[in-house]
Amino acid sequence: MKLKYLLPVFFLLLPFIDSNPYHMDVFTTAALYALLALGLNLIVGFVGLLHLGYAAFFAIGAYTYALLNLRLGYPFWVGLPISAVTAGIAGVLLGLPAVRVRGDYLAIVTLGFGEIVRIAVTNCERWTGGPNGLLGIAHPTIGSFNFGVDSRPYYWLLFILVEATAWVCARLRRSRIGLAWGALREDELAARCIGVDATRLKLLALGLGGAIAGLAGCVFAAKQGTVTPDSFDFILSVMILAMVILGGLGSVRGAILGAAVLSIAPELLRSFSSYRMLLFGVMMIVLMRVRPQGLLGRRHVAP
Amino acid sequence: MSAGDLFLQQVINGLTIGSVYALIALGYTMVYGIIQLINFAHGEVFMVGAYLGLAAILGFGVSHSAAGSVALLLVVLALAAGGCSFLGLMIERVAYRPLRRAPKLSVLITAIGVSFFLQNAVMLSFGPLDRYIPPILPVVRWGNGSVGVTLMQVIIFAVSVSLMVGLQLVIYATPMGRAMRATAQDPLAARLMGISVDKVIAVTFAIGSALAGVGGVLFGLYYSTINFHDGYLTGLKAFTAAVLGGIGNIPGAMVGGLVLGLLEGLSAGYFSTQWKNVVTFLILVLVLLFRPRGLLGERVAERV
Repeated sequence: MKLKYLLPVFFLLLPFIDSNPYHMDVFTTAALYALLALGLNLIVGFVGLLHLGYAAFFAIGAYTYALLNLRLGYPFWVGLPISAVTAGIAGVLLGLPAVRVRGDYLAIVTLGFGEIVRIAVTNCERWTGGPNGLLGIAHPTIGSFNFGVDSRPYYWLLFILVEATAWVCARLRRSRIGLAWGALREDELAARCIGVDATRLKLLALGLGGAIAGLAGCVFAAKQGTVTPDSFDFILSVMILAMVILGGLGSVRGAILGAAVLSIAPELLRSFSSYRMLLFGVMMIVLMRVRPQGLLGRRHVAP
Repeated sequence: MSAGDLFLQQVINGLTIGSVYALIALGYTMVYGIIQLINFAHGEVFMVGAYLGLAAILGFGVSHSAAGSVALLLVVLALAAGGCSFLGLMIERVAYRPLRRAPKLSVLITAIGVSFFLQNAVMLSFGPLDRYIPPILPVVRWGNGSVGVTLMQVIIFAVSVSLMVGLQLVIYATPMGRAMRATAQDPLAARLMGISVDKVIAVTFAIGSALAGVGGVLFGLYYSTINFHDGYLTGLKAFTAAVLGGIGNIPGAMVGGLVLGLLEGLSAGYFSTQWKNVVTFLILVLVLLFRPRGLLGERVAERV
């Protein structure tokens, strides 16, 4: 597998190969989505919990950093772990009631939570600035270097986060925990019978997945310098899920590939201007009809 | 306005919009009952129905005589119902039928693809802004200054209820209805009894979509404005109504729609309009957690 080593090097050097700022911005967005897709893949792909409110954790991460920075003056590097932990805790707390239900019902409960978080953020104007959001969030700094508005430093930061997360995910999947998750996904009843602690393992996945989204949210808030509630709508949750499914459920590389395809494809379709989202919809239908298991997925992985 | 009047007015408003939710909820629940699929594109069918109604009204022009108005309303409703049932058939054929044996989640992706397609197709044909729907019926209101009911509200309620009664007749008194009930119980056994399951599924989509189309026209006439984004939230509320009543259960969808409309109206009246939508989702979450079979659904034993 030479590709395994060549691809990261390629991605690391990408800003030097293609210095077009617009392209870099698209690649940075793709990297952000890759991080989110990895986190959701952990929940949907590894454990088979269909989660439709994932954008909520992204929002919690973003608002956590925004508030820490604006109210308490915390710098980005302190905000990053706190955002991850906050979103992770939110994942567990919202998961506590949700893991009692299964399958489609779980999907709906998580969808409901996602919407409640978004509407709550919109309506709690005292804290979150309501529909106008929060402005003037500090960009990250290293020493005297400020990340500013250029996409490249964020791209490299996200590259490191994606690589690290992908590595952790791949290790996790082969660990005892990962095997137990696989057992839960394939047959929950059988897994419980051989002593798998379903509730704890599901909460663990929701917590970890939430924390990854929290990281992504914090980077997003720091890059934009502003957060508004409409960045975190249901469509975002759906898009991340589409990336995971398109890449192939449970496949770590698939999640990254799916994120790349679905964030770059609409940009490539720009020449069709207003028809692009229409074509994008058609593309999703065709891809699923041709390859229902996803681009890098195996046939038998289906929650 | 006295407390009693406020309550009564919110009940009237709630029942009106609730009956529209119920019409849309029927489509979700019928499809779920037969193939255990949550048709995530159903909200868009509703939205397309509203736009078909708009196109028909613009095409025919508003009539000024009473008989003309009623005829126009019926024609518009029929066109929207017909157009949407054709759309439902197409969606089933293109996006769901080829994937019937595929992993459940891939169907979710095709449903999202259909939603994107329909939203953007409508946006390209009708523009991204809210479209005004001219009133086709004279504005009549009965009641006093603080509480009253409009002609439109009466018509929405009457049309919805008669369609629901009609649906019950179709399901319990026709051969197709019997085939639908059989397929919902056990698709394999139904197939062995000579029922064309594919045809039953197609008819289910057609009926559900026609009801959503009628719901779309009524919704558009009630609020006199429609946007291509409206399918999502209204679809989600209708879905909540279906879950509230017990998904897969047809009378449940009707009751669920009315109850949801009432709760929404009352929370808007007494609590705050801003938090109105949270009420919907809180109900959804609470019902699923504490009574997943809904108000009227039967307890489903888990198949091992």
